[in-house]
Amino acid sequence: MVAVYGKPLNERPAHELTASILSGKITSRQLVEAVFHCIRTTNPALNTYITLNETEAIRKAEEIDARVSAGDPVGPLAGIPVALKDLLCTRGLLTTAGSRILANFIPPYDATAVARLREADAVIIGKLNLDEFAMGSSNENSAYGPVRNPHDPTRVPGGSSGASAASVAANQTVLALGTDTGGSIRLPASFCGAVGLKPTYGRVSRYGLVAYASSLDQIGPVARNVRDAALLLNVIAGHDPRDSTSVDLPVPDYTAGLETGVAGLTIGLPAGYFGQGLDNEVRAAIIEGVGVLREAGAEIREVDLPVACHPAYSVAAYYIIATGEASSNLSRYDGIKYGSRAEGDDLIDMYCRTRSTGFGEEVKRRIMLGTYALSAGYYDAYYLKAQKVRTLIKRDFEGAFESCDLLAAPVSPTPAFRIGEKTRDPLQMYLSDIYTVSVNLAGIPGVSVPCGVSAEGLPIGLQLLGPAFKEDRLLRAAYVVEQELTR
Amino acid sequence: MKYEPVIGLEVHAQLATRTKIFCGCSVSFGDEANSRTCPVCLGLPGALPVLNREAVEHAIRIALAVGCTVQERSRFLRKNYFYPDLPKGYQISQFQSNEEMPLATGGGIDIPSGNGTKTVRLIRIHMEEDAGKSIHDEAFVPDGESMVDVNRCGVPLIELVTEPDIASPDEAYHFMSRLRQLLTYTGVSEGDMEKGHIRIDANVSIRPVGTSGLGTKVEIKNMNSIRNCRRALELEIMRQIDSSETGGEIIQQTLLFDPDRSRLRPMRGKESSDDYRYFPEPDLVPVVVDPVWVNRVRATVPELPHARRARFASAYGLRADQIDTLIADRKVADYYEAVVSAGAEPAATANWVQGDVLRTLNERKIDIAELKATPEGLAALLEMIGAGTISANIARDVFAKMAETGASPEAVVERQGLAQISDASHIEGLVDKVIAEHTDVVDRYRSGDRKLLGFFMGQIMKATRGQANPKVANQLLRQKLEDGTARA
Repeated sequence: MVAVYGKPLNERPAHELTASILSGKITSRQLVEAVFHCIRTTNPALNTYITLNETEAIRKAEEIDARVSAGDPVGPLAGIPVALKDLLCTRGLLTTAGSRILANFIPPYDATAVARLREADAVIIGKLNLDEFAMGSSNENSAYGPVRNPHDPTRVPGGSSGASAASVAANQTVLALGTDTGGSIRLPASFCGAVGLKPTYGRVSRYGLVAYASSLDQIGPVARNVRDAALLLNVIAGHDPRDSTSVDLPVPDYTAGLETGVAGLTIGLPAGYFGQGLDNEVRAAIIEGVGVLREAGAEIREVDLPVACHPAYSVAAYYIIATGEASSNLSRYDGIKYGSRAEGDDLIDMYCRTRSTGFGEEVKRRIMLGTYALSAGYYDAYYLKAQKVRTLIKRDFEGAFESCDLLAAPVSPTPAFRIGEKTRDPLQMYLSDIYTVSVNLAGIPGVSVPCGVSAEGLPIGLQLLGPAFKEDRLLRAAYVVEQELTR
Repeated sequence: MKYEPVIGLEVHAQLATRTKIFCGCSVSFGDEANSRTCPVCLGLPGALPVLNREAVEHAIRIALAVGCTVQERSRFLRKNYFYPDLPKGYQISQFQSNEEMPLATGGGIDIPSGNGTKTVRLIRIHMEEDAGKSIHDEAFVPDGESMVDVNRCGVPLIELVTEPDIASPDEAYHFMSRLRQLLTYTGVSEGDMEKGHIRIDANVSIRPVGTSGLGTKVEIKNMNSIRNCRRALELEIMRQIDSSETGGEIIQQTLLFDPDRSRLRPMRGKESSDDYRYFPEPDLVPVVVDPVWVNRVRATVPELPHARRARFASAYGLRADQIDTLIADRKVADYYEAVVSAGAEPAATANWVQGDVLRTLNERKIDIAELKATPEGLAALLEMIGAGTISANIARDVFAKMAETGASPEAVVERQGLAQISDASHIEGLVDKVIAEHTDVVDRYRSGDRKLLGFFMGQIMKATRGQANPKVANQLLRQKLEDGTARA
């Protein structure tokens, strides 16, 4: 084995590793083996992986190495280990959605995002733990056990893409994909000290993503630095004819011009996000992050988004719309065609047993909520009303972006809380999402970039929001913050 | 108290597209179970629907053919319910309400009524996907079990709903016949009832004659033939009238018609109304049909039956019953017109198409598109009859050969030496011979038994293998038999 100096391979940034592999300085095989070594030692404590893909990953790594040696062209992520939230369908590889009801489900097809990763020659190393069906903010709702925060194993990593962020932060993988419906990439990224981006709705194909809330879900990159996140976004973004809600707009090179900076940009601070309930340490870290942007030449101003940044409206609208759509999306898990089945005396009995034993508590809670919100006599007061509130939220952001280029906000009211701290009261858990849900309701992109650490050493993320399809602007601003604060 | 029936119909018709409504699986019939599937129509986790443009065009075309207003914006909704043959646990469909517009609204179909016609008004036409098939039949499945075949999941359907304008089972029959003809004429549906391309639900109630309110309605579901529909309606109306006349109350319920026993029975487990929790389908964008698209589709609406009927009457001078037969199937009417365009005489062509052509299709169990005898060929054949090259009888054998091999009439006639013998001197010789050989019959003929001419004609035909020109033979026979001048 060739001696490798410097940081362990699995801890290095993707954008350096791609160059090293292409130049032959290292092999993908070495990198993949380093990753699996790390997983073997850290996974029992963190519980990040549900399924590992080691044999196939090594095979792919060797194939990439052979092609590189032969001077054949390879994709932009050639040989780079990528882990996938277990909500993305992978052909031939178990996909559980964190649920018992799909404990035996092996998809016959790849999600489009996964197919694009394969085309880019990434090495898929395994499937990551998550809140069951993406329903949760702490990764405590998994049928495969909770995930722990690498910075403090007594604390949650955030959710629902908890393992995506934990795995990246713990160097168990170089890159990861998560999904974000109400903050599920941004929150764990913030809690684990990673970079996590939720693209504009329609930027990345949802084909093959196990659906939670169809009008809110997006797949996005989770990485240790902004450039890596941009690299990953390049690969997965773009129109997909298999997804009618994916948008046919060209994909820029998100890594180009990352150093552009923020001079001349106006960044708004939504007043409603800086009121009561925001932990003082978080507030301080956010202000420091905003300060960095000001120093870099951005104009900071206060803006008012009365509906979008009002927790009562946005959280309520989110939980009605998301659970309504989810109640319908999860109807297909009936034990008839695939997944687990609990036998019953007759059809209804079989349905009830299968779904009662197959789904976890939070999933059942949200299905009931959503069914109620859609039911006759309540549809107008709940689902329809929530959609109207959603229109107002969207307009608030549109209005704000007339005078601002970006918005800055906290990701979460607090740093990572302790495992079990909020599980007794679902509503308490839902309030973790107060700064993130309106972004999904409006469909705009948002990124979480580390901007500080609490006294107890827990990461704190700064959230940046942009107009639709302006991920490049978001990433440039995130880059400024990162470069300044991690020097 | 006299009662009158009030009937409204909901018709589901399968669209004749190449692929399913939301995925690329092909639409076909009779394949091995669960072989025409993909993640989308199977409802696998993560699969998403993509609307089939051809399906929308078909829906627009039939909407135009029945005079609907095509809505510029409509959208799909999810109709949520659990059943094993519904993989996603919801059906992607459309809805009509104050907020929701289906693809098309309004329109109507004229039917014969009394001595004239009346219009059965339509409420709407909307698009939806079909569900799969559940098989409970003990012949295929162990008792107590059922099996599901999802091949049919995602097949594109339109649902067409009428106002309760239908006043009798006969009117329902006429409506369905006309609708089915329009669907096949426009190419929107193959309309093969045996393959389940058209399924009929009916809402039927009764009311005292002369009143205008609506009584309690009973729903009859899933009738799969137009005749069964009429029969079911007859039975149900009788039942409702009997019940009302003996003081009974009509309760709202859903029935199924059992065609084998010609009986209606309640559908098990159907509550008065399910809550389908309709909401707009978030995986699809709204369907936008702008006037440009509508006009493009309008240009593909063919001449419709009533217009064709009128034109056939004036252009070809045919009888009404002939026209009905010819235009029943649009492709047969097209064939007829192609023959006439190739130069054949309309009346003779009508006889031939109604007769030998249709019979050949029946016998061979083929569609006219598969008929090997081309319109040009048939026109040439008729020309040959007219010119006396072959007799009409022989021509029928020639046609049969054309249908079998696709050969031209000229080729068949030549190959088999079937040209008519019209040479008078040759026939005259045969006539003389026949008369000489059957003097006793000649005597009987001359004594008054004129019917015996047929015998002599038969002899001539036998001697010429049917190829003697009948007119010539007939004329010569009469001449020789009657004036007694037979050369010995």
